[in-house]
Amino acid sequence: MIRIANGQGFWGDWLDAPVHLVEQGPIDYLTLDYLAEVTMSILQKQKKADPNLGYARDFPPLMARLASRLKQRNIRVIANAGGVNPRACAAQVRALAPELKVAIVTGDDIYPRLDDLLARGIELRNMDTGAPLSGIRESVTSANAYVGAFPIAEALSTGADVIITGRCADAALALAPMIHQFCWRPSDVDLLCAGTIAGHIIECGSQCTGGNSQVDWQTMDDPANIGYPIIDASPDGVCIITKHPGTGGAVNRHTVIEQMLYEIGDPRAYFTPDCVADFTSVQIEDAGPDSVRISGATGAPAPAQWKASISYHAGWKAQGSLVYCWPSALEKAYAADRIVRGRLAQLELEFEEVYSEFVGFNSCHGPAAPLIEDPPEVMLRIGARGTSKQAVDRFTRELIPLVLSGPPGATGYGEGRPAVREVIAYWPALLPREEITPQIEVLS
Amino acid sequence: MKAPLSHFAHTRSGDKGDTVNIGVIAWRPEDYALLLRELTAEKVHAFFGSRVRGPVTRYELPNVHALNFVLQGALGGGGTVTLRLDAQGKTFGAALLRLEIETEATSS
Repeated sequence: MIRIANGQGFWGDWLDAPVHLVEQGPIDYLTLDYLAEVTMSILQKQKKADPNLGYARDFPPLMARLASRLKQRNIRVIANAGGVNPRACAAQVRALAPELKVAIVTGDDIYPRLDDLLARGIELRNMDTGAPLSGIRESVTSANAYVGAFPIAEALSTGADVIITGRCADAALALAPMIHQFCWRPSDVDLLCAGTIAGHIIECGSQCTGGNSQVDWQTMDDPANIGYPIIDASPDGVCIITKHPGTGGAVNRHTVIEQMLYEIGDPRAYFTPDCVADFTSVQIEDAGPDSVRISGATGAPAPAQWKASISYHAGWKAQGSLVYCWPSALEKAYAADRIVRGRLAQLELEFEEVYSEFVGFNSCHGPAAPLIEDPPEVMLRIGARGTSKQAVDRFTRELIPLVLSGPPGATGYGEGRPAVREVIAYWPALLPREEITPQIEVLS
Repeated sequence: MKAPLSHFAHTRSGDKGDTVNIGVIAWRPEDYALLLRELTAEKVHAFFGSRVRGPVTRYELPNVHALNFVLQGALGGGGTVTLRLDAQGKTFGAALLRLEIETEATSS
């Protein structure tokens, strides 16, 4: 059996979680998931400005903080902290923690190869809309294929203490040590599905140990010290989801099933570069305190096409808000919204969308929100998006004047004029897996 | 007799591009049949109304007594593009808990 923990569900997650995982009980592997869809384009921009950047900058200091304990307890780290520059990330880890042997997995970054791919007839059509990439080629800001677990397992076999990847399937971070330790092969489809399902369940950190859960959240034990998830993985593919004893949160059938259903489409076909897992195949049962057993996984072999995540510039947007108080708070907010829209119309500015919502009334549940009678306060939140930065900038100047010239009692404008932000949109596409050749490199 | 979905199930929602998915899990295994019968894709689509511009698809997970609803065109363009406060559809699951569903027909 091996113990695989996840100490980071996204870049910005609890800084101390990985430290607690290492200190509060035994683990063999520590995985850290830093990359969200939008993160790659931000990192690509940073790399453009400075060729030594483009990775999760929280990661090297964390490795420095943990280095001696990792060595002492023989814990190995697998992180997609490399972003669009795994090499620079690895160099920084080596600089801060020279005692750690570091390996990188590269080959996911297809941004420099886009024109070559398109020229050879690989159209990278948008999986949602069917449109070919050529239509937005000039606006592309990053492009990465999702790499699977086998190259990461190969990196583990170099004996490195720390494996840094760029874009990879989130579940691959946890599947890789199982492949490495149990000598699973690409033809071991059901085992790969078992590891993928367990990996998916822990990829969002504490979201499977009681975080963001409707399951008894009011009475959940010690949420300030929530335990991050651990997989006890067996060579036969049976996985136990658990957490360190004495930590907060809860692991039970319901918290685990909630997370298994998180951000999925067809549960019978969860695609990764390693397999197509069938979430309807597994048995999930309580196996003791804070311990859930997952067994029986099946699925299909690795798909012929791998997914790529491409980001592109899609205009500009800004959002601002004003707070109105009782009496007639909602009516005041409605009136303010009409005034702003009236002024935008007079200016004849063109937007793709101007969107208003009334926080305290309908911003979360939209048309499903029940009517409420004369609430104590309502926040008008209004946003504009379009291709003209100038138009969006002008929009941002039309809100604050209402403090003096609109309905009575506006407040909550303390931060002043809202900022104009670039819109980076996301373009999911498929490409033949032969196009991606992951490479392993040990840095010393 | 009608009762809100929260009596029978808990939910979690998240995003993928402009799509929201809502996992609905029966609190008790015996309530799965009720969810299967009453919580149709059509009812979920009607509940969210104009918020969801594309189709709603329902998937069944009898092994864990759960349903997964996939709502396309539900986020005003997707996480980074949208102007909505709930850019990632985090609150869709909780909203659905309000939905009144017909419970077992009573003898009255």
